[in-house]
Amino acid sequence: MTETIVVGFDGSESSNRALEFAATLAKAQGARVTVAHVLEWSPYTFLTPEELEDRHARRTEELKRADSTIIAPVLEKLSASGVKADSALKYGHIAETLCAIAVDAGASQVIIGRTGHSSLALRLFGSVAGSLAQASPVPVTIVP
Amino acid sequence: MNKKFNLSALSAMALIASAAPTFAQSIDEKVNEIFASSTGWFVSLIFSPFPGTSFPWIVAWLVIAATVFTVYFGLIQFKAFPHSISLVKGDYSDPNDAGEVSHFQALATALSGTVGLGNIAGVAVAVGIGGPGATFWMILAGLMGMASKFTECTLGVKYRNEYEDGSVSGGPMYYITKGFDERGIPAGKFLAVLFSIFCILGALGGGNMFQANQAHAQITNVFGEFPGWITGVIFAGIVFAVIVGGLKSIARVTEKVVPFMGVLYVLTALVIILMNANMIGWAFGQIFAGAFTGLGVAGGFVGALIQGFKRAAFSNEAGVGSAAIAHSAVRTKEPITEGFVSLLEPFIDTVVICTMTALVIIITGQLISDPETGNYLLNEAGSAIATVDGNSGVALTSAAFSSAFGWFKYILAIAVILFAFSTMISWSYYGLKAWTFLFGEGKTTELVFKVIFCVFVVIGAAANLGPVIDFSDAAIFAMAVVNITALYVLMPIVKKELESYLSRLKSGEIKKHV
Repeated sequence: MTETIVVGFDGSESSNRALEFAATLAKAQGARVTVAHVLEWSPYTFLTPEELEDRHARRTEELKRADSTIIAPVLEKLSASGVKADSALKYGHIAETLCAIAVDAGASQVIIGRTGHSSLALRLFGSVAGSLAQASPVPVTIVP
Repeated sequence: MNKKFNLSALSAMALIASAAPTFAQSIDEKVNEIFASSTGWFVSLIFSPFPGTSFPWIVAWLVIAATVFTVYFGLIQFKAFPHSISLVKGDYSDPNDAGEVSHFQALATALSGTVGLGNIAGVAVAVGIGGPGATFWMILAGLMGMASKFTECTLGVKYRNEYEDGSVSGGPMYYITKGFDERGIPAGKFLAVLFSIFCILGALGGGNMFQANQAHAQITNVFGEFPGWITGVIFAGIVFAVIVGGLKSIARVTEKVVPFMGVLYVLTALVIILMNANMIGWAFGQIFAGAFTGLGVAGGFVGALIQGFKRAAFSNEAGVGSAAIAHSAVRTKEPITEGFVSLLEPFIDTVVICTMTALVIIITGQLISDPETGNYLLNEAGSAIATVDGNSGVALTSAAFSSAFGWFKYILAIAVILFAFSTMISWSYYGLKAWTFLFGEGKTTELVFKVIFCVFVVIGAAANLGPVIDFSDAAIFAMAVVNITALYVLMPIVKKELESYLSRLKSGEIKKHV
């Protein structure tokens, strides 16, 4: 059975480095890559009645946009370079959802990029990398 | 009807614009006079008592309905309570539906429409007139009202309209039309139209003028007297910016701050109650004694009961049908789940928050009683209980909280303004949904309603409490007349949904996702 590597990808500089790293690894091992993109979302936020009404339409739109601008170009690039790849596009808490994607895909590891900031906000609320490393069911590689 | 509304809206605006600078104070009086004389008949129709008694038929109507639903669904509000909590927590939500409206969000939005001045000012009115005993009846009405809310919100989701762009419109006008058709009962369309008319009036009354009025009362209470139309114009401007100008940022800030204010309010009330821990037993004694004897209030124990029931209904809106509009946007395959979630609403609103307000007013000794007989003393007019500084309405709540924490009246002023604002935004939406049901969807029709809504903000802030609160009540209760009639017809449909859901829950077909 081929192994699966999940890459957290949001289109940023660092996530591109993570993707390259994963692609190299996948080629060497003959593994496949799951490109995972998570749209930050909490079911416990407060919305106005109009926002409730429009939510379904907005969600459909957001998914379409993420798929066409973020996921699709990357999948093309990967298959062009001969790496088998698929994608996972989900809403939720970023670290938790990446864990869930890894479990669903039966992944052997998760690779994400390092954001490299140590701002106050990160100290207060924790970083995605930090929480993922704590909670992930499989090994996590953080690419600098 | 459309045209008439337009004309009166325009003339009211012209009146305000032309006369504002010079005749400020007299505008207040003029608006008041016109208002009181033009709505009086409607108010007396809704609140007329049973012949030979002082018991308004509308109060009986609501209580009987809540009792019928409670019995018909086998005390659903108590049995399903734990399941409701786990639905709100998201235990049963499919993770693949993340990004859609969650049960929590639908509940929070509906709550921010109901938690508001009813909980602060309304309770003070109830306790001020009906005495501590009104609290007992208010809690009882809140508990029973949970069953009414369950029924209407299940139907709201089941019979909502889903459009191609993914947006949804739901509420009593839709379930009355479709549900009656389904059961082959005529007059559905007629009742739906009637409901929509009352809903528009309720949106302009309780959802708008009452809010503007009490917000103004609280502002003058803190900053001193000034004419009501000034508050009205400022409020109307902000509401206009949000609902017409699409300034989402203001609404967004309010929706985030309001829950925080609600929590702060309850916590402060709890602290005051705990500071007077030795009085808690006495306060509940007063509540129970007052519930069955009245303790000297106007109208005796019936007076207490009427006030309690009235205020509970006005605060949690169970049976009114408004919540069904807000709840219908949730994403769920099972309409009944939204019914379960919505039954928490009267609980939080009335059983928790309203009771807190009442306890603080009672415990801080705002109501004056005769030390010899233990009965409450009436004010000079004999219409309400005498209070320490002669306060009533929101000023009474403010005085009660300030007696413990002097600074609280400023917090309360901010809370009242924000609550008033968020309730207005919610009700402008409810009113709009009824309006588009009647006149069709479309930018121009929607704009007409929104402008009328803003004009009524000014009228509400300028009118006296008396005529405004009476009209607010009347309009909201008129919605309940139509809605509950429909609920009686449609409740077997809800029962079928309930039985099917419960059996699948038991068999394990519906399971938790965590």
